Amino acid sequence: MSRTVLTTLQILVAVVAVALWWVITQTSILGDPARIQFFFSTPADVFWQIVAWFRSGEIWRHLWITLVEAALAFVIGAVAAMIAGFWLARRPRLAAVFDPYVKAANALPRVVLAPIFTLWFGLGIWSKVALGFTLVFFIVFFNVYQGVKEVNRTVLQNARMLGMTERQLLRHVYLPSALSWVFSSLHVSIGFAVVGAVVGEYLGSSAGLGYLIAQAEGMFDIAGVFAGMFVLSAFVLLIDWGVTLVERKLLVWQPDNNH
Amino acid sequence: MQHAVRLDNVDISFGGTGKTVFRAVAGANLSVAKGEFVAIVGPTGSGKSTLLNAAAGLLKPSAGTVEIQGQPLQGLNGRAGYLFQADALMPWKTSRDNVAIALEISGTPRREALERAEEWLEKVGLKGFGHRYPHMLSGGQRKRVAMAQVLIRDPEILLMDEPFGPLDAQTRLIMGDLLLDLWQQDRKAVMFVTHDLEEAIALADRVVIMSTGPDAKLIGDFTIPLARPRDVSEIKLSPEFQELHRDIWHLLKEQVLKAYGNQNREERA
Repeated sequence: MSRTVLTTLQILVAVVAVALWWVITQTSILGDPARIQFFFSTPADVFWQIVAWFRSGEIWRHLWITLVEAALAFVIGAVAAMIAGFWLARRPRLAAVFDPYVKAANALPRVVLAPIFTLWFGLGIWSKVALGFTLVFFIVFFNVYQGVKEVNRTVLQNARMLGMTERQLLRHVYLPSALSWVFSSLHVSIGFAVVGAVVGEYLGSSAGLGYLIAQAEGMFDIAGVFAGMFVLSAFVLLIDWGVTLVERKLLVWQPDNNH
Repeated sequence: MQHAVRLDNVDISFGGTGKTVFRAVAGANLSVAKGEFVAIVGPTGSGKSTLLNAAAGLLKPSAGTVEIQGQPLQGLNGRAGYLFQADALMPWKTSRDNVAIALEISGTPRREALERAEEWLEKVGLKGFGHRYPHMLSGGQRKRVAMAQVLIRDPEILLMDEPFGPLDAQTRLIMGDLLLDLWQQDRKAVMFVTHDLEEAIALADRVVIMSTGPDAKLIGDFTIPLARPRDVSEIKLSPEFQELHRDIWHLLKEQVLKAYGNQNREERA
């Protein structure tokens, strides 16, 4: 499929979806339009809500808060996970001892931690950062662990034969190998950082995209809820696009990243 | 004459204790003189690479001694450069960085290491390829980078484990010529493992034959008196080469058939 055809079809999907939405909220094929509008709002209302947010500039503060929370959760989570992952991967016995606890902690649905984090860290950004942290940490941790464990044996032996010390092996072999695994999971881990921030805001806060959606919901302002969701998806897509750019720069040495 | 490498009555075993022990090599004796190019030939599974790894210090023999230039080997063999069969370059470094790192780790300043890496890339015929990552190079080019990486440290001994095994026939010939060219300049002691008898005769001063494992040992030792410098693709046409090939193949064939039989029996079992 050529690029233009693909883009056209992709746009067509959105057009059809919005048209369908418009039709069912304006006509009576599925029943009373006023009732349906209450539950689904209308494309025009949602659009004007988004415009109003951007025109008043109110949205920027919320976006900024969510971005800061997600960024902090990602950076702190990734750094902690890299340290822990490295440390455990190089000590198989210790890793074996901790294994069931790591798995148990990862199995816990993080949402249940939100009330505790609110209690511990208050209603400000840090309870959201903590929630995002618990999500990011495990993804990066498992990737680093795997990356260190699965260093190519020949590359490692070759580096040893070239005379590398343990420290040099860490710097030139283990770290790049682990980082390549971390980078390949960047999309997932950054996505989860945003999820942590938004869910945290939704459950109790005074700013951020999650707060905006929760507020609208509290007032049965369905247009506000949908508008919040659209802004959130656009926000995540934008971040994802940024990650792709970074990835292309950092992983030039990998066969699949030559565009 | 002092030996670069001396393996004396070396046993190498794998596995735990008692019956599970697999003795790959038993009572192997081999010495490689300074400046001598020795090829070790044997059927697959004969423990050729195992023996090489013992000389490298990657494996510790369960009995016998390994001496490097008269000194018993402790830990990894720091005087040896090792060329692996599989790709061993760091995929996250450019070819230039892969070569330069070999110097940098022993304290050479980066700028100087990079300059010398460029020189070495030129020597192996890869001028202008310094900025490419390994995956952007062909198998033969990667092998050239690996050669530069090993040789830039100027090791006294070269250990090679079927280094040209994964390459196609024409590339193997070209790489053989390149290796001889570089070796001719300073004549390091070489242990070259291969299953290709023609390659062994074309390159080496001496060809030793290993028997089929387990309990593999060295069962033949042939001096190759062909004149140097040699041209790897031309030399195979000379009558002397063919005569040597016939003699050595006679011994090797028996082992190859035995190894083949073992393999079939295992598959049936």
